[in-house]
Amino acid sequence: MSNSPMTPAIAAGRLPAESYTAQFSDLHPVLDHHEALVASDRCYFCHDAPCMTACPTSIDVPLFIRQIATGTPEAAAKTIFEQNILGGMCARVCPTETLCEEACVREKAEGKPVEIGRLQRYATDTLMAKNAHPFARAEATGKTVAVVGAGPAGLSAAHRLAMKGHDVVMFEARPKSGGLNEYGIASYKAPGGFAQSEVDWLLQIGGITVEHGKKLGEGLTLAALQDDYDAVFLAIGLAGVNALRAEGVDKAGVLDAVDFIADLRQSTDLSTLPVGRNVVVIGGGMTAVDAAVQSKLLGAQNVTIVYRRGKDRMSASDYEQELATSKGVQIIYHAAPVAVHGNGACAEMEFEFTQEVDGTLTGTGETFRLAADQVFKAIGQTLVGAPEGIKIEGGKIAVSATGRTSMAGVWAGGDCASGGEDLTVTAVAEGRDAAEDIHASLMEG
Amino acid sequence: MADLTSTFCGITSPNPFWLASAPPTDKEYNVRRAFEAGWGGVVWKTLGEEGPPVVNVNGPRYGAIHGADRRLLGLNNIELITDRPLEVNLEEMTRVKKDFPDRALIASVMVPCDAESWKSIIPRIAETGCDGFELNFGCPHGMAERGMGAAVGQVPEYIEMVTRWCKEATGLPVIVKLTPNITNIILPAEAALRGGADAVSLINTINSITSVNLDSFAPEPMIDGKGTHGGYCGPAVKPIALNMVAEIARNPATATLPISGIGGVTTWRDAAEFLALGASNVQVCTAAMTYGFKIVEEMISGLSQYMDEKGFTSVAEISGRAVPNVTDWQYLNLNHVTKAVINQDDCINCGRCYAACEDTSHQAISMSPDRVFTVMDDECVACNLCVNVCPVEGCITMKTLDKGEVDERTGKPVGDYANWTTHPNNVAACSAE
Repeated sequence: MSNSPMTPAIAAGRLPAESYTAQFSDLHPVLDHHEALVASDRCYFCHDAPCMTACPTSIDVPLFIRQIATGTPEAAAKTIFEQNILGGMCARVCPTETLCEEACVREKAEGKPVEIGRLQRYATDTLMAKNAHPFARAEATGKTVAVVGAGPAGLSAAHRLAMKGHDVVMFEARPKSGGLNEYGIASYKAPGGFAQSEVDWLLQIGGITVEHGKKLGEGLTLAALQDDYDAVFLAIGLAGVNALRAEGVDKAGVLDAVDFIADLRQSTDLSTLPVGRNVVVIGGGMTAVDAAVQSKLLGAQNVTIVYRRGKDRMSASDYEQELATSKGVQIIYHAAPVAVHGNGACAEMEFEFTQEVDGTLTGTGETFRLAADQVFKAIGQTLVGAPEGIKIEGGKIAVSATGRTSMAGVWAGGDCASGGEDLTVTAVAEGRDAAEDIHASLMEG
Repeated sequence: MADLTSTFCGITSPNPFWLASAPPTDKEYNVRRAFEAGWGGVVWKTLGEEGPPVVNVNGPRYGAIHGADRRLLGLNNIELITDRPLEVNLEEMTRVKKDFPDRALIASVMVPCDAESWKSIIPRIAETGCDGFELNFGCPHGMAERGMGAAVGQVPEYIEMVTRWCKEATGLPVIVKLTPNITNIILPAEAALRGGADAVSLINTINSITSVNLDSFAPEPMIDGKGTHGGYCGPAVKPIALNMVAEIARNPATATLPISGIGGVTTWRDAAEFLALGASNVQVCTAAMTYGFKIVEEMISGLSQYMDEKGFTSVAEISGRAVPNVTDWQYLNLNHVTKAVINQDDCINCGRCYAACEDTSHQAISMSPDRVFTVMDDECVACNLCVNVCPVEGCITMKTLDKGEVDERTGKPVGDYANWTTHPNNVAACSAE
């Protein structure tokens, strides 16, 4: 007899085999032609548009929407890609509700913003479906740049550098490029292998080679890169995870949410992926929501996110929280982990209610327990593997506005670097801006 | 609920909303549905002479202009007059009029420009029991090439002549439908009056090409790679029609000539505007072709509510009410000073007023770093462009300065009424002294 959501402990195949595809299908399917025209008609073409200001990559939103409305989505895509070469992924994963769409004047006017994210996807999908790459490389400069990390920041920098005529070599620890786009976001946000096809499309610019299995500190040293290349861009992300301070966290079944998500993304058969009947996710960010929702979609019976502070402090947006609850995830606010209970493997998780007084979080003394076959820790990632001697600030590589680190000839961007939120779109902006600065610096001499 | 009964050149209908002579009134089936839906009258699709009827193209007949959300703003057509035999139309008209005796049924007519053609057909059509005739001197395509329609309407002498023939042939009211494809609407209107017309109706459609197919390089609607100009109508033509109606209504020689207003009437409000500028009723086509006959319910309820709110007890009380306020530019009060005011509570910070004013007008709106838009009274000439481009209705308004208040732009206090005819910059005014 096959498993079901009621099957005790951790088990795979809780759902009928044929249902996984539907469970993990596109969260927001691409707009069709008619829908795109209707949606684009709503844009007011604002002066100095607030949506553009709110976008970390400053995409000219009114212009690209007008280009859609006038029947040239390919030109719209180029407008997007000029600012954000990963505009396709950002159209899927950006928390638009806290960025462009929150700033949209129609959000203020009617509480219904122009669907900027979905329009962006319509435009970028249209161009990418033609497998057309809209940019060409400038004349070769003879300069070489090493980019460490093939995530959003690295890819963005590499593309811009290649476009400027430099030769780029990317070093990536994992077997696939894409970084968190490939390993770290919920599957239903970018189904159909989009992350890989986007990387392939991006590399069509030429002048970029990617070497996989190469990691700083493991056969790769910054000093060697500095010797071999004219500039180095570090985009190594946050490879570590914060430790959970609670008794019994070493018990079986207590896992890092990022590993669960990566396994899920790389799985070729989701029915083989084990998930608990009772899943508890600890944390308040997008990773927590992604892990919780996907646990539910895999067939877990009960999934609970437990966050130590209040709803408004949760870094996952209201939209993300509503998505979670709409999928059947329960969210408990104001509860901090105390202990994991169980004989070898975890069976229950104990929490204490908290209160926030003048910004300080304290326990109320009242505790409760949740059944927990599986516990996912999603309490943040940390920088590991930063080169010796580079200046660190707030746990990240300290950088200037254009990504310069404390070391000459070394730039950094993305989640590993200081400044900006840890979002794909922010990483793209940082990579792009660092590339522009590297280019300016290389061409000076 | 106000009484909407309308009397137009002696023809009474339960409301002033008639369907214009056009595809919606081409046959009994449509007209019955229209009357059942509540339309007050119908001008039957133009009848031609006996014999083989005209033929229409068998490709697209309409071209269109769309606004946001594909709202139909303008429509053009290259359809001709009825392509059904005269006898069939007459039989159907007779049946419909018999079944709907309280509704106005008008016969639109277009035959070759000779006395015999007109004088023989008019009495025959009268046998249907129709309430009057509308002479189609306006159709701008196809028929004009054959010396009919606009070919007549563009020559005042022909209008007068044909109208006289028709008046000699019938005791029923004769309405002359005017083409807007002329330079001065007064001339054909006066010609109609001289010929004995009981009323005029306007406007007919405007010569137009709505779009060009950029793959085939031919105008739309395209017939086998070619296109021709068609008659333009719909909301986009309303301003042109309103002006022409007003010109006739305020011209002393034609002031008493009843007018049926046509051109882009889409809502009760459009209808009320035509009435206010001197029309006694309105004719509708494009709105019905866009939304179906049911729109008349909104027209009836809207006009009725408006009349109740204003205390009007008859449609006639609205008719011509705005005519005394239509004047020439030279009589406008140059000492009337207004300033735009942006209501910050309603403002959604889109900045369109700023872009319009800064790029194309008078640089009279300031923008703060946090997107607060404010009118600078010392620069504002009150052009109204900001009001027009603002997406939020009522957010930007015009405030009138009281007499004696200082206009910050000119530094001068607001004075008494004074117009161009006495303005010191007017050379003609000075030389007259």
